[in-house]
Amino acid sequence: MQKFTSVTGIAVPLQRSNIDTDQIIPAVFLKRVTKTGFEDALFHGWRQDPEFVLNREPFTQGTVLVAGPDFGTGSSREHAVWALRDYGFQVVLSSRFGDIFKGNCGKQGLLAAQLSEKDIETIWLIIDEQPGVEVTVDLIAKTVTAGKSGFAFEIDEYTRWRLLEGLDDIGLTLRDEARITEFEAKRESWRPKTLPAR
Amino acid sequence: MNSTPKTLAEKVWEDHLVVKGENGTPDLIYIDLHLVHEVTSPQAFDGLRQAGRPVRRLDLTIATEDHNTPTLAIDKPIADLTSRTQIQTLRNNAAEFGVRLHSLGDIEQGIVHVVGPQLGLTMPGITVVCGDSHTSTHGAFGAMAFGIGTSEVEHVLATQTLPLNAFKTMAITVEGTLRPGVTAKDIILAVIAQIGTGGGQGYVLEFRGSAIRALSMEGRMTICNMSIEAGARAGMVAPDETTYAYLKGRAHAPEGRDWDDAVAYWDTLPTDDGAVFDAEVFLDANTLEPFVTWGTNPGQGVSLSESVPDPAAFDDVNDRAAAERALQYMDLDAGTPMKDIRVDAVFMGSCTNSRIEDLRAFASIIEGRTKADGVRVMVVPGSARVRIEAEAEGIDKIVLAFGAEWRFAGCSMCLGMNPDQLAPGERCASTSNRNFEGRQGKGGRTHLVSPLVAAATAIRGTLSSPWDLENSPVPQSDPTTQAAAKVGA
Ligand code: SF4
Repeated sequence: MQKFTSVTGIAVPLQRSNIDTDQIIPAVFLKRVTKTGFEDALFHGWRQDPEFVLNREPFTQGTVLVAGPDFGTGSSREHAVWALRDYGFQVVLSSRFGDIFKGNCGKQGLLAAQLSEKDIETIWLIIDEQPGVEVTVDLIAKTVTAGKSGFAFEIDEYTRWRLLEGLDDIGLTLRDEARITEFEAKRESWRPKTLPAR
Repeated sequence: MNSTPKTLAEKVWEDHLVVKGENGTPDLIYIDLHLVHEVTSPQAFDGLRQAGRPVRRLDLTIATEDHNTPTLAIDKPIADLTSRTQIQTLRNNAAEFGVRLHSLGDIEQGIVHVVGPQLGLTMPGITVVCGDSHTSTHGAFGAMAFGIGTSEVEHVLATQTLPLNAFKTMAITVEGTLRPGVTAKDIILAVIAQIGTGGGQGYVLEFRGSAIRALSMEGRMTICNMSIEAGARAGMVAPDETTYAYLKGRAHAPEGRDWDDAVAYWDTLPTDDGAVFDAEVFLDANTLEPFVTWGTNPGQGVSLSESVPDPAAFDDVNDRAAAERALQYMDLDAGTPMKDIRVDAVFMGSCTNSRIEDLRAFASIIEGRTKADGVRVMVVPGSARVRIEAEAEGIDKIVLAFGAEWRFAGCSMCLGMNPDQLAPGERCASTSNRNFEGRQGKGGRTHLVSPLVAAATAIRGTLSSPWDLENSPVPQSDPTTQAAAKVGA
């Protein structure tokens, strides 16, 4: 995973609440077996509408998505994160994220930054006044700068550290392999076993 | 031993701590059971292959095919090429890595959340994960069970652990006695309408109270299944005699000495008196009525006897906007009585309501009747084994005589990844768990209901409860006499 420090890019306003992962990427696209190439699937239902924000200039070039509350709720599909990433988004700002979605973001190098609802609305206003405005999201300072205004965002420290270091999860865990083996030695024999099949 | 009182969730968590996190790092939690299906696993196996890693514990891993499988002509090659590829990819991966797989045609094939409990693999006090949000289903046994993303699937395959931050706990206490005709599905729909689709975020919900204790395992699974629709990571019910009776004798349930040891441990799991939850919610079971959704998220629901709400009545601007959009998508007018709404289809299935008890409940209402004209009714058992069990009881005959379709097991129209989909504009009463836009097919409109409401709706052609049927096997009773009868008993 690449190290993430800061991103500057066009902010895209998505003024809807409760955008579940079915809307981010409909189930038909989950049939693919690859991990990339999902850019065309992102918000597929809404993209049919020429007025949808991602179909309008300058937002087609966006890298920072500014969404309403409860973004990424519903299904656990990680494809939602792959689709956002493949499309070119590096950051999603919202006042509240679905838990699983937020976890998935951290694992794929997509920054899910949490701001207050008021700040999100302010950023929408700024974009409204200057469509195509570039915002800077700084993971070190945990700030979003839009125009002349600055906002603080929240992210849990562990995810932040891993994004900053670009660390792979499995490698990190396997540093504790001896502890895992030790734990396994003490597991009770009544616990479920799938093998041999009965 | 005067230790601090603990909740069920805390106990299970602590017993799976491999490494306690420090300075903001998450805990490393051991995973007892990993369920795998075709949709969220291909990229995980790919990751293992690229890194040259094996599956750490094949004996704690099991796979089944469910999301893409056809429910007709299952002996023919799958027509949709991408579906076929995804299933074939799982078969190849299972063979290459040595994972136990139940394929289409196998008696244990079915929806992953029906298969685990049916095999006796899901049990109290364990941790269960699956690359599927409805893994919360397994919490009905007093297990800590939650959905994970594909990266986490790879992580569990490689390490049998997950780095996780501790969850907050929420008690949802449901006291009283459900009236006949009101079910577990109505409880959970009412809970979600009360706390909202984000109300459970960051929490593990523990369902408690006399109404929960009175539920069968199937009913508890329905409730835990939909915990995720309230935004929660997991739902749990403390194990008791109902749990043990369900488990005992199943293929992978502990036996002999192991069984005794397990029960001794399981008996220690229920939340201690005096344990503190981070949040609490109460619901009265006595007055609950059959529940139904009107909108496009599971929190947008009302009692079936009510009307489509007016968006203007919502105080919160986001709720109001969401309601407006939902009514437009659902093609409904505020003020329309829910019971006036006609449906084109009824779907009886999904991991929420496709176990044998659900099929029995559905059959008990439709038996000896015929479906409404012009309504397409599909009955899809949750697993091949449930299907066989139902056929042994004659449920297939009741379903066919009613004019409904009797299908093979799988997720089917719950999400329409296979050919079972709504046409644009079609309206469906569905026993599944998600009424999102397009969930059951592009442009399809979903009303979430219980199996009993699905059955009554299939008979009348409009959203109905069994209370609305002539000569109903489940007539309406008065909630006050109901409560009084219980006190007297
Ligand atoms: S039945 Fe529906 S909710 Fe359940 S696992 Fe299948 S697709 Fe998911």
